[in-house]
Amino acid sequence: MNGAADIIIAFLILLGGGFALIGSWGLVRLPSLMTRLHGPTKATTLGVGGVLVASMIYFPVYHRQYTAHELLITLFLFISAPITANMIAKAHLHRQGMGIDPNPADDIQEGLPESEIWATFRVKQGEDDDRQGVPPAGPPAG
Amino acid sequence: MIRRLFPHPALAVLLFLVWILLANTLAAGTIVMALLIGVIVPLITAPYWRDKPLLHIGWPLLGYIGLVIWDIVVANFQVARLILFRRNRDLNSCWLVIPLDIRRPEAITTLAGTISLTPGTVSADVSADGHALLVHALDAADPAAEVARIKSRYEDRLKRIFR
Repeated sequence: MNGAADIIIAFLILLGGGFALIGSWGLVRLPSLMTRLHGPTKATTLGVGGVLVASMIYFPVYHRQYTAHELLITLFLFISAPITANMIAKAHLHRQGMGIDPNPADDIQEGLPESEIWATFRVKQGEDDDRQGVPPAGPPAG
Repeated sequence: MIRRLFPHPALAVLLFLVWILLANTLAAGTIVMALLIGVIVPLITAPYWRDKPLLHIGWPLLGYIGLVIWDIVVANFQVARLILFRRNRDLNSCWLVIPLDIRRPEAITTLAGTISLTPGTVSADVSADGHALLVHALDAADPAAEVARIKSRYEDRLKRIFR
């Protein structure tokens, strides 16, 4: 029983650690900010997920403790990771759009489609923007 | 009366469950506290939930959660392969514009979160009128096909969940 559990736990921890490492490596080697953003948002999902599932197996098997905290950690991560990525992307778009400290490797202006319609670039909100009562999704524009 | 006391039943149940899970016991005191929080917090935050019942809890929602978890696992391997074995100049990273059919802010937020969590795509911005989503893709050889995939795979299901 414990042998099989050991193997599964070790496999899951290695898997999670491996994905966290690959995510960090992506942070090092990818060329621009927007592509680097893909690394960490991924490491949190499967990297942390693997470690959490391992923890959910380890504590019942070895300590007879049943906790649901791993589920809550997953829930909070799934809420906070996209918001963090969204805020970084918005701040980046804003800096690029305003020409603040531009990094040549991050030149997003070329290739950014229809740059005038995005909420980040809408400095002054007109009256008609809110006619349907639909606020921008996600965190408010910075 | 019931409606006044529970303006947002799903939120009340969620808060109740999260509090029980945080405390990790089923002691009487915990349950009383969880009930109090489940009743009081929706009452206080009711002015911020403008349109009342929004989430249809049922098989479409459970199926959506399962689909997203499966996609996260599969796509993690794809992104890991891209990071490890693809040279930077061969990456077809590009911007995608996803025209939205869903209008509810909650549905758009869920779609944006799903896009960010499934590896290979990060949602960056929403258009000021809320009718399009700006998404960055790490590697999309065919942007139009990627947009169609996101729309058919996630947005169509969200339409059924948020009505």
